[in-house]
Formats: sequence, C-alpha cells, structure tokens
Amino acid sequence: MIEQRLRRTLLYVPGNMPSMLQNLSVFGSDAVIIDLEDAVPHTEKDAARRLVRRFLEGYRERDKEVLVRINALDTAWAYDDLREVLPALPDGVRLPKADTPEVVERLDTLLTEFEEELGVEIGRFRILPSIESALGVINSIETAQSSTRLLGLAFGAEDYTASMEIERTKTGEELMNARARVVWAAKAAGIQAIDSIFADVSDMDGLRRETELVKGLGYTGKSLVNPRQIEVVHDVFAPKAPEIAHALQVIEAIQRARQMGTGVISLGGKMVDAPVVKRAYRTLRTAHAQGLVESMPDEEILHG
Amino acid sequence: MARNGVGREIPERWHGKRLVPYRDPYSLRPGADRATRSLKRVNPGDRKVVATLQEAIERAGPRDGMTISTHHHLRNGDDVLNHVVRVIENLGIREVTIASSSIHPVHAEIIDAIRGGTIARLECGVNGLIGELASRGELDCPITVRSHGGRARSIVTGEVPIDLAVIAAPCCDEYGNMNGVQGPSAFGSLGYAFVDALHARTVIAVSDNVVPFPAAPVSIPQSAVDWVVPVQRLGDPAKIVSTTTRVTTDPVGLQIARYAAQVIEASGRLRDGFSMQTGSGGISLAVAENVRDMMRRQDVKGSFGCGGITGFFVDMLEEGLFRALFDVQCFDLRAVESMRRNRNHVEISADTYANPFNAGAVVNQLDCVILGATEVDVSFNVNVNTESNGYLLHNTGGHSDTAAGAGLAIIVAPSIRGRLPIVKDEVTTITTPGETVDVVVTERGIAVNDRHPDLRAELLRRKAPVKDIRELQRDIYGVTGTPRPLELEDEVVALVEYRDGSIIDTVRRVKA
Repeated sequence: MIEQRLRRTLLYVPGNMPSMLQNLSVFGSDAVIIDLEDAVPHTEKDAARRLVRRFLEGYRERDKEVLVRINALDTAWAYDDLREVLPALPDGVRLPKADTPEVVERLDTLLTEFEEELGVEIGRFRILPSIESALGVINSIETAQSSTRLLGLAFGAEDYTASMEIERTKTGEELMNARARVVWAAKAAGIQAIDSIFADVSDMDGLRRETELVKGLGYTGKSLVNPRQIEVVHDVFAPKAPEIAHALQVIEAIQRARQMGTGVISLGGKMVDAPVVKRAYRTLRTAHAQGLVESMPDEEILHG
Repeated sequence: MARNGVGREIPERWHGKRLVPYRDPYSLRPGADRATRSLKRVNPGDRKVVATLQEAIERAGPRDGMTISTHHHLRNGDDVLNHVVRVIENLGIREVTIASSSIHPVHAEIIDAIRGGTIARLECGVNGLIGELASRGELDCPITVRSHGGRARSIVTGEVPIDLAVIAAPCCDEYGNMNGVQGPSAFGSLGYAFVDALHARTVIAVSDNVVPFPAAPVSIPQSAVDWVVPVQRLGDPAKIVSTTTRVTTDPVGLQIARYAAQVIEASGRLRDGFSMQTGSGGISLAVAENVRDMMRRQDVKGSFGCGGITGFFVDMLEEGLFRALFDVQCFDLRAVESMRRNRNHVEISADTYANPFNAGAVVNQLDCVILGATEVDVSFNVNVNTESNGYLLHNTGGHSDTAAGAGLAIIVAPSIRGRLPIVKDEVTTITTPGETVDVVVTERGIAVNDRHPDLRAELLRRKAPVKDIRELQRDIYGVTGTPRPLELEDEVVALVEYRDGSIIDTVRRVKA
C-alpha cells in the first residue's frame, strides 16, 4: 500500500501558547504537531490540554494534518492528555519515547478504547512513534510493524544523542547509523520516515544541507521547530523540472498502454511498469502540492 | 453636512474654513496660481548669524495668530519644535498655528502651550499623545491631517501660508547654505523642508554645525534663508535616525512578505525598469528582500526606489538593481552615507515626491508601493491615522500619495493585531480611498480589488491563497470574533485631508 499523504514538514507548535496556535492554519506545513510534552512546563499541563481541546474544536476547516504530541506513556499525564484532546478529533498522536513495540501497542489499545467510547471509526487516530533512544533505534524494526495505525517512524536526534551521551553536530556523522536503521525499519514496513528537528532556526544553509542528506537516505519529511524552516524543506523535497517532465511522460505512456490493454510499455527504450508509475505518481504529487504542475493524474492510474 | 465620495459625512464649514468634500482620487484640479511671498534685498556686508533663536524670531516680526513650521527629519529626537514653542511662549505670542511636516511623541511638551493658548491650531498630523488627547476631547485645538504630497500642495497653493519656517540643518554656513549630510546630527535628505524654504515669509536655519562660508554640497541655498542660529544641539542624535533597519524574523511577517512578493511577480510589473517604494518596517523590508532576490534571479534591472530610504535600498542601488534613489527622508545611517557620496542617490522635495498639483510627481512613476495599515475595510479603504479605539495616533506620511500614484498599491498587515481583526466592514477613518488600493495581503490570504480581475486570475493560477475580501474578513472574525462598534460623538476634532485638499474623512471625539 502506498501512503498517499505528503508529510514533508511537520511543524511543532507549543500547546500552551494561544498566539501560536491561532496562527497554525497560516503556515504551509503539511502537518502540525501540537506539543503537550517538552514545550509545556509541568505546572501548565492541564491548562495546555484544555486550551488545545478548545482550539481544535474551533479549528474546523482543517487544511493540514493535526497531530498531538502527548506526554510519554509512563508519565502521569499521558492518559489525561488523550482523554482531554481526542474528543476534539486530531488526526493522530505523536508518541514520545517509543523505545519498544509494546509501548506502541499500549497506545493502540488505548486509542481503540477511546474510539469506541467516542463512537468514531476504529483506527481513525493514527500514531507517529518517536524513535529517540539507543533502545528505540535497536527496536525500531519491530516497532515499525507494531500497529496498523502507524503513519511513519519519526527519528528524534536530540533525545537520541542525549541517550548516547554524545554531542549532536550540524554535519550529523554521529547520527548516520541510527538514521539508516530507522529509515530501513520504516521502508520495510511500508510507512514514512520523518527526520528530526534542526534546532538552529537562523542557519538556513545548515538546515538545507541536513535536509538534502536525509532526503538522500530515504526520509520523506522532517519535524520543524519554526515556520521559517518550511520553505527550505519544501524546496529540497521539490522535484526538479526534468524529474517532473519525465514523470508526466511516464503517466502518459502508461495511460496509452492501458488503452491498449497492457500494463507495461516502453518509454525511450526503458520499461515502464508498476514501480516506475508509482514513483512518477509520487513525484507529481509532490510537484502538485508545491504548485509545480497544474493537475494530478487520477489515483486509479496506480491500480490499472 | 455633505456625504463625500467614500460615503463619509463632511461638515460644510469647520473652524472658519469652507470644506470641499472628497469626490474621487484624480479629477479635482487647481484653480489658481502658486502662492507668492515678498521679494527681499540683502546687501554686501549684511550678516545673517544671530545669537539666539529668540532674537531671530523677534527679527521675523512675530505676531499673534501667525503660522510657524518645522520639519520632522529629526523624528522622535527633535528638539527644534519644542525650542520654538518655548521661545514664542516667552515672547507672549498667542494663538499660533503650527504647520510642521509632522509631530512626534517627543513634542508632548507643547501640550501645555496648547492648553495655555499659545498654540491654537495644528495644520499637520500628529503621532502620539496630542492626537489621543484631542480624540478624547481633552485638547481644544483643531487638527488637519495631511499626506506629504498634500502638505506640499497646501503650502504651494497658499492654503497654509507660513509666516516663519524654522529649518534644522545638520550643516549650515554663515550665509544660510545648508545640507543634511554633514555634521554630528546628519540625517540625510532635507526633502520635507524644501517647500517651507521656498514659501515661508521668513526662513530661519538652526544648526549645531555652523561652518564658514561656503557649506557644500548645498541642498537649501542661501538665497532662501534669512537668519542663521547656532545652537548646541538639534535634539537627541540617538533618536534621529536608526543605526540599522532590519528585516523581520517573525514567521507571520515573513509569510505576508512572501505573499506580497508573489503578488508583485504575478502582476507582470517585475521587468526591466521596475520601480518600488517600501517603508522601513520589518515586513516592508522583508518584501524588499524577496523582490531583490527575484530581480537577481530573473536578471531584472530596475529603475528607481523612492520615499523614505533605508540601507537596504542603498544596497540595491549599488548592486545595479536600481539606477537611482529619490529620497525625501533617510531612515538609517547607511542611507545618509550613501546620499553623501552617490550622485544617483537624489535628494528630492516633498513637492517633487508627491504633490498632485505640479507638472508630475515622482509617485506617478512608481510601479509598486508596499504600505501598511491599522485597518482596511471590505471596500479596500485604508486607515493609518486612527486605531480601532478611535484615537488619532499616526500621521499619513506618503500613504495616500503613493497609493494614488503607483501602478500597484499593496497593503501588507497582519490579520490580527492585539486580538483585533484588521479587515472590517468600515474602517474607523479613511486615510486612503479603496479606489487607489489594489491588493490587501495578510498571512491568512490575499484579497485583490475587483478592478484587477486579471491579477486575481493570475494569482489563482499560481495557487496563491486568494480570497474575496469578505471571505478573508470572515476567516479573521472566525478567530477574533466580531468587534463591537466604536462609539463616537458628533464633534469633529480633526480633518483628514486628501492629497488634493478635499476632505476624505473626519476624526470624531470618542465617547467617554
């Protein structure tokens, strides 16, 4: 199954700041992660939860995916976070400290209970687990298969380097092995891989280099701490003009093939089949989201 | 009472003056000659330097009811107007009209002179406390707000005859030649003071930097200047010009700037010969930065930048993105430095800049202007004078002049300010008529005036977040709620004059 939704940019917004929540619809990130965890001091946990619920109840015309980062399941706050926020119907939960598949399974069970209670479709609330410790990285292959609710794996470099007792650098050599394992785990499970935040909001060149690096590894998106970072990340993920031109040719070729009653056709001496079409479709989807092509081929094209 | 062209009730007369209601931006024509002043004769050997400002004013023949002007290049660091007012109080002159180019919060000390009867009238807009007090009915002093071009026009036509102009000069010689680019208080362009120098019955230069004859370069020449007064200081140099002006880092501001740049690109005006004006605010500079990057990428060679000039525009001039800068006011020290050494950084008068009643102002040549707003309404009318509490807190500047002149007038503003929505059914005060406003850009969407269906279609084609202005208003009200209407009395405390001298709106006393 192809995960159709674009998740190039997942913007963190502190759950205790009304002025920032109110601007959430303004920025063009693909998703937002409203944070009840690290951004919110202990003394404000309950107030933030209520604020987020009220905000989401009023945010009806949602133009982007909305995730809520709850507190870790082993804290006293996680259950209350879910109880307060889920009735306002976020799209999913970002789960911190997903060190083992069991943690994700526990959240899955809780979400099912809430879905039954709220009378919404089972499986509606998605999960994005954060892989952010040595243990989490080791277990990421099982974690990626632990629930049908997973929309991806998110790598958390800040907590990871802390758990490794090492410094995070801007070139990221110390993260290579962990990043590689997390992206394998995600790809093997057919879900998306989301890279860590880049903390220095004034260093756009550094952000661009890191995004190019993780895109090359197979990551499909990045968590962000500031809206100013969106443009750079989208720019890196934007397909280049020759890629778009080729993708359009592929789609046209396969449409011709289907009319002729076949699923395979040659384009410029190279065979066009299902995986090639899939890649072309993904390229056009990203291009379309950034206004680089006028229209999208029908999703039917993938299934012939 | 008559209803004017933008639907506002305008009294027939106000404080002895017959008012012309605003009709439209372009059709009103002047019906008389330029104002004149008496000829003079200064013989060889006559000296112009006098020891004190009081002595100079005494020689000018002070009288009750006279009109005095200063200019606002010293901005909130200015001490000249306060000094003038202290002198006329000393001399016991009464019921003076002040016709400065602008009044700033630093001039709050003249409030006592208004209350005491020394000052009876302000033929100029105000920034800050004076306007607030007037709006609350606590100050008995009629105020007429004018744009930069409108002020120049009112002096040139003689509607506001100036008896005495006091010009602050960063550099002045003993015979009255001045410039603004040399000396410890150098603020750059003397643009607003040119009109005063040419029309006031008496012209006094005050300077903290009186040099032996001749001062060069010459901005305002000796032939226009009657007296020269050396002073210790013109004001607080730290507040005269900003040392730097910066692009905003606020994500909301940057989003607005990106949309505005998109509008400029979609308008098709970004081609060789492109000209632009922006303010010095963080969002304006961010727009300029985006435009600069587009000009570089597309190899566009622009023609000129104008208005208040910042170091940012200086860089564009030096990079070859503009061939000239037309400068009425330098906003930072880099601009001052540039004017000192670059002949293509041209000092222009407010008359040349924006007066609608001359043979063609610079604003008429503008492709694009980026302007701010305290409020806009669903008819694209813009308010920059009053805030949503009804208080008169800001002067017009070049707002209505550049909107009328430029091919594309873009308003940039955050959709919500201090919990209040920026787009309303009707603005509290109309500074600039919607007919001259082309696009309103907020972080929640872009509204295009119906007069530009092509631009709207092009923006939609580029997937820009175009919204009908009422839809934009609805979205903002969805966050803020609907604001309660302001309650105003009938009493008019100030007039907002359009650049052609007709009255576009009034400011009424706010209900206590």
